[in-house]
Amino acid sequence: MAGPSTYVPKSGFERWLDARLPVVRMMHGQFIEFPIPRNLNYMYTFGGILMIMLVSQIITGIVLVMHYTPHADMAFSSVEHIMRDVNYGWLLRYMHAVGASMFFIAVYLHIFRGLYYGSYKEPREVLWILGVVIFLLMMATAFMGYVLVWGQMSFWGATVITNFFSVFPIVGDTLVQWLWGGFAVDNPTLNRFFSLHYLLPFMIFGVVILHVWALHVTGQTNPTGVEVKQKSDTVPFTPYATVKDLFAMVLFLLLFSYFLFFLPNYLGHADNYIEADPLVTPTHIVPEWYFLPFYAILRAVPSALGGVLLMFGSIAVLFFLPWLDTSKVRSGAFRSIWFKAAFWLFAINAVWLGWLGSKPAEGWYVPAMQIGTIYYFAYFLIILPVLGLFETPKPLPNSITESVLKKNGGQIASGAGQPAGATSAPETKG
Amino acid sequence: MIKLSTQAETQHDMQDEPTRRDFLFIATAAMGAVGVGGLAWPFIAQMNPDASALALASSEVDIGSLQPGDQVSVMWRGKPVFIRYRTEEEIAAAEAVEVSDLPDPAGRLASDEEALATNEARSVPENPALILMIGVCTHLGCIPLSEAGEFGGWFCPCHGSHYDTAGRIRRGPAPENLPIPQYEFISDTTIRIG
Amino acid sequence: MAFFSSRSLKSLVIAAAVALVPAGSAFAAGDSKPPRMQDWSFAGVFGTYDRAQLQRGYQVFAENCSACHALSRIAFRNLMEPGGPEFSEAEVRAIAANYFVMDGPDSFGDMFEREARLSDRFPPPFPNQEAAVAAMGAYPPDFSLLAKARAPTRGFPGFVIDIFTQYQENGPDYIYSLLTGYDEEHVNPEGELGHYNPYFMAGEYIAMAPPLFDGMHVYQDGSPETIDQYARDVSAFMMWAAEPHLEQRKEMGFRVMAFLLIFGGLVYMTKRRVWSAVDH
Repeated sequence: MAGPSTYVPKSGFERWLDARLPVVRMMHGQFIEFPIPRNLNYMYTFGGILMIMLVSQIITGIVLVMHYTPHADMAFSSVEHIMRDVNYGWLLRYMHAVGASMFFIAVYLHIFRGLYYGSYKEPREVLWILGVVIFLLMMATAFMGYVLVWGQMSFWGATVITNFFSVFPIVGDTLVQWLWGGFAVDNPTLNRFFSLHYLLPFMIFGVVILHVWALHVTGQTNPTGVEVKQKSDTVPFTPYATVKDLFAMVLFLLLFSYFLFFLPNYLGHADNYIEADPLVTPTHIVPEWYFLPFYAILRAVPSALGGVLLMFGSIAVLFFLPWLDTSKVRSGAFRSIWFKAAFWLFAINAVWLGWLGSKPAEGWYVPAMQIGTIYYFAYFLIILPVLGLFETPKPLPNSITESVLKKNGGQIASGAGQPAGATSAPETKG
Repeated sequence: MIKLSTQAETQHDMQDEPTRRDFLFIATAAMGAVGVGGLAWPFIAQMNPDASALALASSEVDIGSLQPGDQVSVMWRGKPVFIRYRTEEEIAAAEAVEVSDLPDPAGRLASDEEALATNEARSVPENPALILMIGVCTHLGCIPLSEAGEFGGWFCPCHGSHYDTAGRIRRGPAPENLPIPQYEFISDTTIRIG
Repeated sequence: MAFFSSRSLKSLVIAAAVALVPAGSAFAAGDSKPPRMQDWSFAGVFGTYDRAQLQRGYQVFAENCSACHALSRIAFRNLMEPGGPEFSEAEVRAIAANYFVMDGPDSFGDMFEREARLSDRFPPPFPNQEAAVAAMGAYPPDFSLLAKARAPTRGFPGFVIDIFTQYQENGPDYIYSLLTGYDEEHVNPEGELGHYNPYFMAGEYIAMAPPLFDGMHVYQDGSPETIDQYARDVSAFMMWAAEPHLEQRKEMGFRVMAFLLIFGGLVYMTKRRVWSAVDH
């Protein structure tokens, strides 16, 4: 995407290194001169936010492991030891626990931005699929991390989730015992979850590198959905994206800090402050909030196997999304009112399913879960494939530059087709 | 292919009006650096001994049953503390050395940093036959063997440090005498270390 | 090291006063009355614990609750640490001297009982959960985390509003409501031996008999010696026990948020400046 590198090694050492391992040149190319569309809005800042959340989770996690004991008899007490005795332990532990929730808030917004602006469409299919892989790894990591606390919800959540695998015919029981390393969730389960919980974030990191690589091959999408065509459509990553991402990160950190310092247990479940007891099941087992929509889908049908297949299907369908959407234009902003209605209904439905996920599968909740599940799948399997064949999209601008100039109307004179080249009077626009 | 000239132009802009713009950028960067520094501190401080470790600062031991020639090791802050009821010969051997001849003339008492390494200073005041010290070689932290070495005191098998019967280094790589922690008698036969 | 309390005898006496039956048939959670919300000194952005209240709460715990309820994650030293009841060291040493813990083995390989030290944690009244159930009929839960572990769900729209009001005191509210919520007039249906309490989360009948009576604890600071005040004080004490670093957390949070707001303002101005030359 980028043209010939403009990197010029300054010192002798930089020249020496550049001739042997041009890593500085690569970083310069990818994160300084890399061209980004000039019309990106703040919904495009969640990639950077997710990056710092991943790093934050990894660093706090490594530090927590220095004090945590992965044993069924001691895990819960070691968490309390961190909360009470370790220097700043309460801060590190809350950062990690609240950080997991923040990570999911950011990833859901990131996904919904992709869904709205058609970021998954050709030629970004691999980019999208890698994103879904990251999402799956995140879910596995978050689930196993929650078990490590070894509270009541940890234990019974682990029991319920691992029992999903028992619904498969013939191999089910063998599979679950293999997962458990015993005949119930117990110390061997905790130990393997601990091992994998430490491993998976680094796998996420690896896939993130591929994800960013794929992004930098195709370039970013933008709200118009029109590909970059000319130099004036873009601005260099640094300082433009860097400073804008930084501002978005600070806003996000404000939200994070608000929950971290003033509502640290709001997003968790009170029962997880009770140590795991294999003899007492909580009256009402619910997963963490970020799994609730999928938990609703799981319980929408009376068949256990059917529920598990539906739940896995709800993620699997995302892999096929690039080929399910038949729209001629990429960005939802240029699609018909029908698409917009369907999209926002999908978003509301996701929240609705989340709320239902926190409710028991009884009474009117069950048909509500079923309707929500049907719409979830219908959006991907019926609406997106069919709508694109019939709808008439709005006329697209010829280029990003044209769209920007049209939006800013009277400022054509100063902005012109030269993004940062408006040397005439940049300060006057403050 | 897109060639970028924008960045150079931006820098050009900055040169046009250095003061306000530079001040803003520098203030932002400086505050960001302060933030990162502040954030780093909890991650560093968490490795310090935690509140429960700091609270476990004392151990108690009953020495009522010790006979001459007996030695007990008690754990204090994760390290062994030797308490030895020395025999007449051992005491005599310890008395027979001039402090000026010792590789380390300092007493190494936690209670008195000025003290010299005389046998009297290093013995337990309430019963000079007793000696109480941290049983960790001052060289690289191994645990010395008792009634061993050329001076009949302690001998560290790791790198051959010889301590005498007052726990003073006499030969070998260890730089200092075995240190003596704070302790007190809380009854006639019970010592609290720490 | 296993811990045994010298207070087991006392607890057995109390146990006789408490119903020896498990709570009645479990009702689905959510059927209980929502807790009555109280004003807590530790609520809100600048919330701090009221030292005198925590000390009174400790008194209620020590004189009353500790006969049956453990506080096993709290060490005696915690009572004098900043952000808590902040008893003086001499007071805490005196408190610890009332407790005996099992230590050992000594040089003969025997376990022995000794006075508790500052570094020891509160020995539980029963050696284990089974012993507690055998003596009490139901397990009196450990107090250490109860204020965070008993948080009745708020339902919609309460849980959304809570984000903005920072309401997270449903634990102490619940404990206060439970302790003051017994209905002595209530006539149990036949065969029901528990104590009717509409606030109880796990049913209508709780195994614990009303534990507080007016005037049963003598306060040194002139605070009212009422059930209401006792319940309020012990609830606050339990909140501290569950979240001992609350003050440090909120104070640091205020500084971090202030920093981020100022830093965010600077970054925003920088961003405006950088983008000022570009239509976007």
